[in-house]
Amino acid sequence: MMEQGVEIPQALASGPSAFIPAQVILDEGPDQEVLIEAFLSLGRFDHITMVMALHPTYLSCFLRTQHALLELDGPLPRPWRHYIVVMAAARHQCSYLVQQHSAGFLEVGGEESWLEGLQHTHPKIRCLHTLNKLLAHRPWLITQQHIQVRHTHTHTHTHTHTHTHTHTHTHTHTHTHTHTQVYINGRPPPLLQELVCPGADDRWSLAELIHAVVLMTHSHSLSSFVWGCGLHPEPDHIGGHAFCPPSPSNNMPQSPHSPAPEDGKPEDGVTEVEALMKRMVELQQQVEECSQEEMITRFERERSESIPTAVVRGAPSDLVLRLVEDPEFIYEDFSIRGEQSPPTMRAQDYSWEDHGFSLVNRLLPDMGQLLEEKFQVVCGLTYNRMAMHKDVDTHTLRKALWNYIHCLYGIRYDDYDYGEVNVLLERGLKMFVKTVACHPEQTTDRIYSAYWRLFRHSEKVHVNLLLMEARLQAALLYTLRAVTRYMT
Amino acid sequence: MEKMSRVTTALGSSTISGRTMFCHLDAPANAISVCRDATQVVVAGRNIFKIYGLEEEQFVEKLNLRVGRKPSLNFSCADVMWHQMEENLLATAATNGAVVTWNLGKPSRNKQDQLFTEHKRTVNKVCFHPTEVYMLLSGSQDGYMKCFDLRKKESVSTFSGQSESVRDVQFSMKDYFTFAASFENGNVQLWDIRRPDRYERMFTAHTGPVFCCDWHPDDRGWLATGGRDKMVKVWDMTTNRAKEIYCVQTIASVARVKWRPERKWHLATCSMMVDHNIYVWDIRRPFIPFATFEEHKDVTTGIVWRHQHDPYFLLSGSKDSTLYQHMFKDASRPVDRANPEGLCFGLFGDLAFAAKESLISGDANRKPYPGGDRRYPIFFFKKPDLTEQFAHVSSALSVFESSLESKRMDWFVKTARLYLLSGKPFAELCDHNAKVAKELNRPQVSTTWTMLRIMFSDPANLSTPGPNHIGKLGTLPLMNSFSMKEMGMGTESRLDRSKGESRQDNIHLDLGNSLINNICPNAENEETEGSEGQAEYMFGDAELDDDDLYSMEHDNQAEEQEYTLPQEAFPLRHEIMDNPLAPEHLQQDKADSPQASGNEAEVMCLTPIESFSLISISQPLFSPHLPAPFFCPVVREMLSHYAEQGDVQMAVSVLIVLGDRIRKEIDDLTQEHWYMSYIDLLQRFELWNVSNEVIKLSTCSAITCLNQTSTTLHVNCSNCKRPMSNRGWICDRCHQCASVCAVCHHVVKGLFVWCQGCSHGGHLEHVKNWLKSSSHCPAGCGHLCEYT
Repeated sequence: MMEQGVEIPQALASGPSAFIPAQVILDEGPDQEVLIEAFLSLGRFDHITMVMALHPTYLSCFLRTQHALLELDGPLPRPWRHYIVVMAAARHQCSYLVQQHSAGFLEVGGEESWLEGLQHTHPKIRCLHTLNKLLAHRPWLITQQHIQVRHTHTHTHTHTHTHTHTHTHTHTHTHTHTHTQVYINGRPPPLLQELVCPGADDRWSLAELIHAVVLMTHSHSLSSFVWGCGLHPEPDHIGGHAFCPPSPSNNMPQSPHSPAPEDGKPEDGVTEVEALMKRMVELQQQVEECSQEEMITRFERERSESIPTAVVRGAPSDLVLRLVEDPEFIYEDFSIRGEQSPPTMRAQDYSWEDHGFSLVNRLLPDMGQLLEEKFQVVCGLTYNRMAMHKDVDTHTLRKALWNYIHCLYGIRYDDYDYGEVNVLLERGLKMFVKTVACHPEQTTDRIYSAYWRLFRHSEKVHVNLLLMEARLQAALLYTLRAVTRYMT
Repeated sequence: MEKMSRVTTALGSSTISGRTMFCHLDAPANAISVCRDATQVVVAGRNIFKIYGLEEEQFVEKLNLRVGRKPSLNFSCADVMWHQMEENLLATAATNGAVVTWNLGKPSRNKQDQLFTEHKRTVNKVCFHPTEVYMLLSGSQDGYMKCFDLRKKESVSTFSGQSESVRDVQFSMKDYFTFAASFENGNVQLWDIRRPDRYERMFTAHTGPVFCCDWHPDDRGWLATGGRDKMVKVWDMTTNRAKEIYCVQTIASVARVKWRPERKWHLATCSMMVDHNIYVWDIRRPFIPFATFEEHKDVTTGIVWRHQHDPYFLLSGSKDSTLYQHMFKDASRPVDRANPEGLCFGLFGDLAFAAKESLISGDANRKPYPGGDRRYPIFFFKKPDLTEQFAHVSSALSVFESSLESKRMDWFVKTARLYLLSGKPFAELCDHNAKVAKELNRPQVSTTWTMLRIMFSDPANLSTPGPNHIGKLGTLPLMNSFSMKEMGMGTESRLDRSKGESRQDNIHLDLGNSLINNICPNAENEETEGSEGQAEYMFGDAELDDDDLYSMEHDNQAEEQEYTLPQEAFPLRHEIMDNPLAPEHLQQDKADSPQASGNEAEVMCLTPIESFSLISISQPLFSPHLPAPFFCPVVREMLSHYAEQGDVQMAVSVLIVLGDRIRKEIDDLTQEHWYMSYIDLLQRFELWNVSNEVIKLSTCSAITCLNQTSTTLHVNCSNCKRPMSNRGWICDRCHQCASVCAVCHHVVKGLFVWCQGCSHGGHLEHVKNWLKSSSHCPAGCGHLCEYT
């Protein structure tokens, strides 16, 4: 080929991740069977799989769900499914997923022009834009309220308000109204009623809508994972190959070199880990009584704690940008006890186990089961070790992470003391979690390596998995609650 | 003493009265409970905790227990229970994990009595002991159940479910020490209150969470459970293993279940999601609710029978912030609106139909279906059960058998068995299949095969036409005016037309008598011998000897058909219009004699074929003008036509035999669809071998992979009886070689053959050789093994 003058592309990146050395992934690699299974179902071995393979039990149920979402029977046509994943990933500027599923989209016969921008797509898909935006950044805004703000002449809305509003929130209904309308200003408010209202041609059936929602949330959370693990582009992606041999000086575009922890000696790390373990043990023993107000304050504090995440990053490529409308719409920090703090969702009032599952399974048979399995696996995943210690019960730590992420999305557990989050999650970790969950495109190597310096990479991938699933569940719960209310 | 007497009054006189009524609550309710004398009800929710008095005409708010300016989360109730012995005592389960008791006798505004904060997670359920005043049980999300003695400050015992969260706990009504707990993972556990170390018994009741359980108030062994899997199950707990004795399938996950007092077989359920109604089921009639209450506008969260000996009053609280009292007499009875009719096809074309007796006998004009010659009206009588308040419906069940062999799908089975799909040259396959079709009296199909052979064979092969043609060759005149393509098309289309025609005939008739053509639309291939044959086929045995026995159920339609019979060739002609294959021949059709019988059509299509083949033979040089691909569009349409008419067998067989010649012409999805349908049919007829062959020969990846699923053979170790995971010959657990050859005593690592009788075996070759010389088992067990 050389002689014929064809340029041979060369893979740029070494290994799947910019954060995790390839050697680690090879060494801690999983048993063959999961990999074979993965290879057979995907037809390739992408970077996501390679990194996820550090946790083979999770990988296998992740792949099963993804396969069911994209390939198996469902209400949406296959090109649409890929396209929805693409448009969702674009919200987080995740060019990895955008490219991967653009290829998938074309492969199953999608129209190429769709990839040039939302305006070229089917009007039905365009309707999804607002929902996509909210799901990605502020899922708590997806409520029946929007529908009812719009349809006040047909419904009284006192009833629904009492659902979301709790005595802990002192602001009035009208506040919420103005609040939400500020966000949605100038755009048609979402959604559900708009989307699924019977009659017109471009309406979504509930089953289609749920399928689309699961696809979008899947894609959003997977974007978090891709950014959170610093995945390199695949060799066939733009930025994943070059036509000239890599020059030694500038070998990896977009992949910052991974330095050893710059500051601090290893001993610091050791004491860090031990201190954390000690705190975990203490938490399990102590029975601390504190007032309800105190509990609520703690939740609010965690939720609104200002953790700077804004790191300026280069503008995303045109490939991604043209699929995004309204790119300024992003996650918004909650102000402390402010008038404008949006309502919390009580986990006890709408939970995945009791409510979400039944709804999904009713509208999209089997999907509920697959998602539940995934949640269960990720919540139960533990190797009983922390950094260099073995036989550690990491339950409290995992619980704290999960609840912290839900807290960032405004979901509150009555029976959880959010003081634990503060005790167990160091600031570096919180920063990482918040960045990856809420602004994944701003994740950097520095944030990744700044926390848990002595922990294994596989443990940090574990954090990413928790993050991804907690985020997925939070967004799903808000949407499903809105759908339930639409149905009733 | 005073209390006692009041209780007896309520019981003895049973003068509870009232009407269906409701009141608005300020907030959604999570649970309700009623006090023993049925005069008051407590409603608890996240933002509500109130007691209402039940009066004749209305609910009256008696007490608001939610006091204080900023009520704590302890007031956020997931569950509430009113003590059935002590009328001042209530307990609530809080979402933050607290268990709280309330004493209504307290003089202060705040009635809170005890506060237990031992649970780490939300408490889902509290339950008082039915006869002990001070014993309270709680079940929590953290997987623990705790038993409290209200005279003490903390729990007296803790029960660990060793699993995920506890969703419900219920003391047995009859066994003093027993309680049941249901779990999120689908299990139900029985505990003895004296033994906190381990459960007495555990069984898996549902897939997914078991949201609720309830002991039967009278029958000590019965426990009803309801789960997210939308089922209510009734378990008999008196036997060693919990036995499922009844199962009710509802339409949504079951949130609560409560036995109806004084009615042994009745229970009430409400759902967690989507469905807002309350149903009362007779568990012996699990398919339709006995009664339904449809008042709520959002999910019902709490149901309770107002009095434990009165079956007519049901109270319910809901997320729609209302509290209802339902009167049983006002319930809607779905059974009154149900249509007790059923219809089902048998595999071989029989049809069973059950309808209300009154419907059938009332219609005096009914006649038996023409296609079914014998009918068996069968009447089932269920023994009338006085306790069962269901309306009795007696139905007449009629079974219609199709009489003729041809109708019975035999042709399908035979064809499937006899067709050759591979293994021989193309021409031979076609000829063979044509012969099979011919022998089964399906000339159209047979002709199609022959034509396919002609169209796609090399000219050289045509010089040896199939045996079934030789005879006719000489007798048929040569067509001189054969004008190449035009004629070729004409021939084709005409063939198809005649096929379509006869098919349409039958469809037409079948629409009338709604017979079994869904399954065997191809039976029409039998009707080759003209109109007589047709009549025979349709009404062959219609003259029944015992016809008058069932005269009252004779069918109108039959008569109609008898009248249409003489003209059948005529009106059916116009059906051709629908045939997309031959639009350009409509003119010709009109010119055709309307009296043209099926026989004529047959000749018409046969003639050109034969002449065509003759021409091909006599003019081999002509063949380059009609290359095989030339026919592809026509064959494609022919295949779709067969498939659409229901003969997917033909479509798939031709597809396989033609292979690459046609495959590219038909899109993959259609092919896959055909394959799937055919394989499904084959498997329904238990033609496993044929179905496997079809799967093997198919070229669709989606089909061939069917053979690659569930190919794992699980082996258990012969020593420890546990599954062997890694290798088939050595057990990881007991480290024994599991499969040893009985002849050479070495481990068998490859094929292991064993006797079904004594289960000894070994290397295939060894056993084979052994049994050549001896008829006894090589292991010496004395069994007379056979190797076949």
